Amino acid sequence: MSANTTLNERPGWGFSIGTVSLLVGAVAFGVLMIAANAADPMMAAHAWIFFFLAVTGLLVTGLWAGTLQKRNPFDPAFYEDTIVKFGVVAAMFWGIAGFLVGLIIALQLTFPNLFYFPDFGWTNFGRLRPLHTSAVIFAFGGNVLIATSFYVVQRTCRTRLAGGLWPWFVFWGYNLFICIAGTGYLLGVTQSKEYAEPEWYADLWLTIVWVAYLLVFLGTLWKRKEPHIYVANWFYLSFIVTIAMLHIVNNLAIPVSLTGSKSYQLFAGVQDALTQWWYGHNAVGFFLTTGFLAIMYYFIPKRVNRPVYSYRLSIVHFWSLIFIYIWAGPHHLHYTALPQWAQTLGMVFSVMLWMPSWGGMINGVMTLSGAWDKLRTDPVVRMMIVALAFYGMSTFEGPLMSVRAVNSLSHYTEWGIAHVHSGSMGWVGFISFGAIYCLVPWLWKRPALYSKALVEWHFWLATLGILFYIVAMYVAGIMEGFMWRAYNEFGFLEYAFIETVKAKHIMYAVRAGGGTLFLLGALLMAYNLVRTALGHGEARGDVETTPIAHNPALQPAE
Amino acid sequence: MTDHKPDIDEVSGVETTGHSWDGIKELNTPLPRWWLFILYSTIVWAVIYMIFMPAIPALPGMGYTNTLGLRGHSDRALVAQDIAKLHTERNAASAKLLGASLSQIETDLDLQQFALAMGESAFGDNCATCHGAGGRGAKGYPMLADDVWLWDGTLTGIETTIRHGIRHMEDPATRLNAMPAFGRDGLLATSEIDDLVQYVLNISGREAAADAVNRAAPVFAQQCVVCHGADGKGNRALGAPNLTDRDWLFGGEPRDIQQTIFNARNAHMPAWQGRLDDATIKSLAVYVHSLGGGEK
Repeated sequence: MSANTTLNERPGWGFSIGTVSLLVGAVAFGVLMIAANAADPMMAAHAWIFFFLAVTGLLVTGLWAGTLQKRNPFDPAFYEDTIVKFGVVAAMFWGIAGFLVGLIIALQLTFPNLFYFPDFGWTNFGRLRPLHTSAVIFAFGGNVLIATSFYVVQRTCRTRLAGGLWPWFVFWGYNLFICIAGTGYLLGVTQSKEYAEPEWYADLWLTIVWVAYLLVFLGTLWKRKEPHIYVANWFYLSFIVTIAMLHIVNNLAIPVSLTGSKSYQLFAGVQDALTQWWYGHNAVGFFLTTGFLAIMYYFIPKRVNRPVYSYRLSIVHFWSLIFIYIWAGPHHLHYTALPQWAQTLGMVFSVMLWMPSWGGMINGVMTLSGAWDKLRTDPVVRMMIVALAFYGMSTFEGPLMSVRAVNSLSHYTEWGIAHVHSGSMGWVGFISFGAIYCLVPWLWKRPALYSKALVEWHFWLATLGILFYIVAMYVAGIMEGFMWRAYNEFGFLEYAFIETVKAKHIMYAVRAGGGTLFLLGALLMAYNLVRTALGHGEARGDVETTPIAHNPALQPAE
Repeated sequence: MTDHKPDIDEVSGVETTGHSWDGIKELNTPLPRWWLFILYSTIVWAVIYMIFMPAIPALPGMGYTNTLGLRGHSDRALVAQDIAKLHTERNAASAKLLGASLSQIETDLDLQQFALAMGESAFGDNCATCHGAGGRGAKGYPMLADDVWLWDGTLTGIETTIRHGIRHMEDPATRLNAMPAFGRDGLLATSEIDDLVQYVLNISGREAAADAVNRAAPVFAQQCVVCHGADGKGNRALGAPNLTDRDWLFGGEPRDIQQTIFNARNAHMPAWQGRLDDATIKSLAVYVHSLGGGEK
């Protein structure tokens, strides 16, 4: 066995401990220089954060290297699961933080006087709102994607994660980006592009991290022991590649100075708007859709122990989805300065996107054929199937809202908020919860979750929460859409804007109630997971760690 | 590839692709017919829509920007049409409103309704931000629904205020006064200001320290009477507020009054002439006049 392999003999293209220390040291020195010469206090704060984390990274790497005398940390006979554990913990932490900030801003909208703290400017809605969106999408969603992709690609390729220490760089580097982005919002550092608020230096850092992520993923695919690449990995790969492209193009900017936080966009006016929504819409498409479809394609068949419904459908819907999605962005700019032909383009591609999106739902739900009883007996399966129901609902609604006539009513209203939350809480949230409920017993080698009853509670609290949330926002959105366009008999607007805001008060309160239920569910989940990891209740006992299976019959010809 | 025995899934009776990843297999189920039908339908619909609507951009040198579509649809043209239509619909009544006096507006019910509808709409979009919905006001922003007026509560007076603003220095006809910042600029000692606060409390009919009121009397006479009058009842011609009532724009608590005397307030309202058309300004005046305190 490979327990005797020394560090020098380990396979792959991982850097040695010495090289890593040198690199981290160089980064620490660089940011120290920036901290000393920063042009504005925000940049200084961020440089110091970078510096302290780099030094911590150096210390941890050194301490860790000292413990490596006896065993090989990159033993190719076993899967790399520790990093997946870290990813799951980070996802739960950021998820709860993000849901909490979401609840706070929902309360700010409902009771603006009660939740207004003039002495703490950083608690303003304008600062907290991007903190919420980035925390749930990028911090929670991103960590779920990194953790599950690292887990799934190893299992479906029957090989250990490639790149030695690099997956760890991806994990810590990504979470450092999250910290820089989040503290930046509170400090007022923003380039004012929705879902792309972080400034140029955070963007550059994320680019480096993301390229490392891509290489780790590709390297693992490269050394796979299966003859074919499993469908989940196509989806993960499309997510990683496309996000890299979107991130780089939409963040092309020129910094005012290399030691200052401010930068200016390369594009201006309607070109900038179109680039932004090309990015914004495909972040939904390739981060929140293909990434989480990858999760669906592994965890549903694995959990219900049934084959995927249709291989052909997975191919056709994968290629049609990624080909069509990338054109749909202009539907965010209907009735604006964007030329109408571009609006037409965005609209027709959005409508054509309907069936390619539904392909994933059909494949996921129909995978239950022969195991429908699990919907009743296994709340984790039910959670993932309800996720697909929300996915189907919002991917029907999306094309509908992209039709210009519908958009003229729905755009800028709470209808949009309802739409994205049925997608994000219902689809992304539930499929992630389902995957994490599967992962924790697998990773911590427990026979089951601590309590199935708590999963039931989580399921019902969160489902009710989502329903309260979206019904309230649909009512508010359609109501304000009609109020905005109401003319009186003399040809004047019937309502002032502030009247349309006042009219939403009750719906805002119901929405905050829904958010509370959703957050409560997530807290129950965190409790359940901790008790599971500790081996309490139904999770008592240990499952043995097995080495990566050899299956010579399926080895590719070499 | 060599021939192999097909792997049939027992539950569905469908053949799998023969591969297994970590125990996961895939069935080779054909594409659902309804799914394919709707996919093709949306593609056909997309092509038809693109024939009828502006759709395909032209290459440089082709002499046009994009295909305009068989319907010749243009958002830009439609917006211009809609605005023109709205203006025609409103024009007759707007013209009538411009020439009408207060008594005419009050007696011509149709004209009155039109003016109020126009004014309410314009008020909501332009004025409610500061003065509140329905003109209920807020601290620092006068209530317009009562009969307390700083400057002028007649229809023409209100119209002048809207047209030229208050302390809007770019407009030479703006309503202008400036209370000195007695404390900040060192015109009065802090103790004198504290006494004046008691004096103001006293003339507005509230409990006040008698000795302080006595000390303040000569200071009030010297510094305040010019604008606010010997009895403190104010002077509309100068925009000086009445200090003897219970209506306070910036708050009537001792601390508020102290702040007002120490720093002065001198709030600002923009001039709307040039930003709104004449008929809209007139309608706003009619609307504000109707809120409760309009004067003849």
